[in-house]
Amino acid sequence: MRGLQFELESGQQRRVSKAQERLKDAAGSVHAAAFVNVGDTIQVDHEAGFLRGHGTQVVNGELLATVCGIVERVNKLVSVRPLRAKYNPETGDVVVGRITEVAPKRWKVDVNCRQDAQLMLSAVNLPGGIQRRRTAVDELNMRSLYEENDIISAEVQSLYQDGSLHLHTRSLKYGKLENGQLVTVAPYLIKRLKQHFHHLKQYGVDLILGCNGYVWIAAPSESGKSSVSDTPMDLSNDHGSEMSSKRSTTLIPSAQEDGKRDLSDDDKVRDSITRELRERICRLANAVRVLAALGLLIFVESIIDTYEVSLSWDTAVKDMLAAEFCIKIVEREAEHRDKKELAI
Amino acid sequence: MEFISPEGLRLDGRRPHEMRQLHAEVGVVAKADGSALFEMGNTKVIAAVYGPHEVQIHSQQLHDQALVRCEYSMAAFSTGERRRRGKSDRRAMELSLVIRQTLEAAILTHLMPRSQIDIFVQVLQADGGTRAACINAASMALADAGIPMRDLVVSCAAGYLNSTPLLDLNYIEDSGGGPDLTVGIFPKLDKVSLLQMDSKLSTDLFEKVLTLAMEGSKAIAEYMRQMLLENTQKLAFARGTLKR
Repeated sequence: MRGLQFELESGQQRRVSKAQERLKDAAGSVHAAAFVNVGDTIQVDHEAGFLRGHGTQVVNGELLATVCGIVERVNKLVSVRPLRAKYNPETGDVVVGRITEVAPKRWKVDVNCRQDAQLMLSAVNLPGGIQRRRTAVDELNMRSLYEENDIISAEVQSLYQDGSLHLHTRSLKYGKLENGQLVTVAPYLIKRLKQHFHHLKQYGVDLILGCNGYVWIAAPSESGKSSVSDTPMDLSNDHGSEMSSKRSTTLIPSAQEDGKRDLSDDDKVRDSITRELRERICRLANAVRVLAALGLLIFVESIIDTYEVSLSWDTAVKDMLAAEFCIKIVEREAEHRDKKELAI
Repeated sequence: MEFISPEGLRLDGRRPHEMRQLHAEVGVVAKADGSALFEMGNTKVIAAVYGPHEVQIHSQQLHDQALVRCEYSMAAFSTGERRRRGKSDRRAMELSLVIRQTLEAAILTHLMPRSQIDIFVQVLQADGGTRAACINAASMALADAGIPMRDLVVSCAAGYLNSTPLLDLNYIEDSGGGPDLTVGIFPKLDKVSLLQMDSKLSTDLFEKVLTLAMEGSKAIAEYMRQMLLENTQKLAFARGTLKR
């Protein structure tokens, strides 16, 4: 149980290993031969030929694994999928990231990948929502859009041969994220699905499951369907061309004024989040943390299920990360899968 | 000093070709990408791997391969007498370098250009053979982090005392003044990545000691593979690999 700081008593230890044993049986169809270690030989049909995929190497005509994981075969292509590895981006993935650097004409974004992603100035929706050439003024005002340490949602636009990736936020769905909390989980626990943005109506909470293992749980913005939809528009009114012209004349006072106004705006939003909503956000966040620590798949239904179960068991938010709750969740999951097995 | 009793037993009751009890655990550091704890008898080492991630110091970036960094340190409480040890003393720097070079030979760095891999190794209990334990721990941590490698790197020490080759020296034997040889190998590829000995030994004796150390390494490799496989299976089964 990675990431949880508690010691298990011997009784609890037994329960965990029993539940894990049950999970193992329930998984059924994964053959033991599908698991490989670094340096293990992968059985291939040499006469029919094979294609070397990711996570493999050929040494003296033998196909060896270079990572620990599961062997996957697609026709002749043989590859090994590692479990706990860095995020492996694919075009079209929805990701959540943190701005690490504002560089000329682009932002650098940490997306839990082996390199920081690039978000080009030309790949964002500019304030005002109009299509036009990016000018030098836009470049100077980049920080008014996204600053260092801002959290954004974006989509992977393209991957390059050298491993670098480009993002885009050319949709009203994407953009800056505010008033929420970020939970980091291992990327292999999040599946690529049609839908990664969720509005949980029953809790009044927005949830973004980034393919890169960053999960964003936030209070919805007051206006509109999505918390991020109108952020660029707002900026157009507050900061865009108007501000730049103001700054050019009286630089310092206007900047200070801006800062003050921003702060008071932020405060207003923070005050409008009630204690109950905060608690719901924290409970959801802890549900994600528990699932991640137990290595269970993270998707909307599993998060809601964990949330509801924690309520029905009368578990306080802080006790969700304690041993007893985690063990009960594993046992529940094992039972659940056993039932599924029977149904099939 | 007499290191082997007339019955042929060593100071801690082992036979000359016997290794100490092994124990390993994967995933001990919550925030690391990969981590492992490795114990050989009373020697206990923890390793954490971060990365591959963006290079922190831009001028160190390599455009065709990954930058591998390694930091070795010894906890103040790791030895009999409590001593503050920096990570910048000469011994620590030498060991960092040795560990880095041994592991870098295994990592397929060309698959991760422009990125950086950080390896942190700390000795929690020192009872001889820390060098070997560090390499084993770091190797498991790298495998846990899903970093592609040519093969696991496995290391073991052996020495020659009282005209007998001894496997896996403990602290007392280590400070006995005899030759102490540490070898790091790729068990599957059957290649040597590290070979270190700081004293003289005749060729035929050297060969004997080396063979012993390699045999020991292979035994450790078997154990490490088993631990890693168990870990992979546990993760996979918890997640549920079935497409339903």
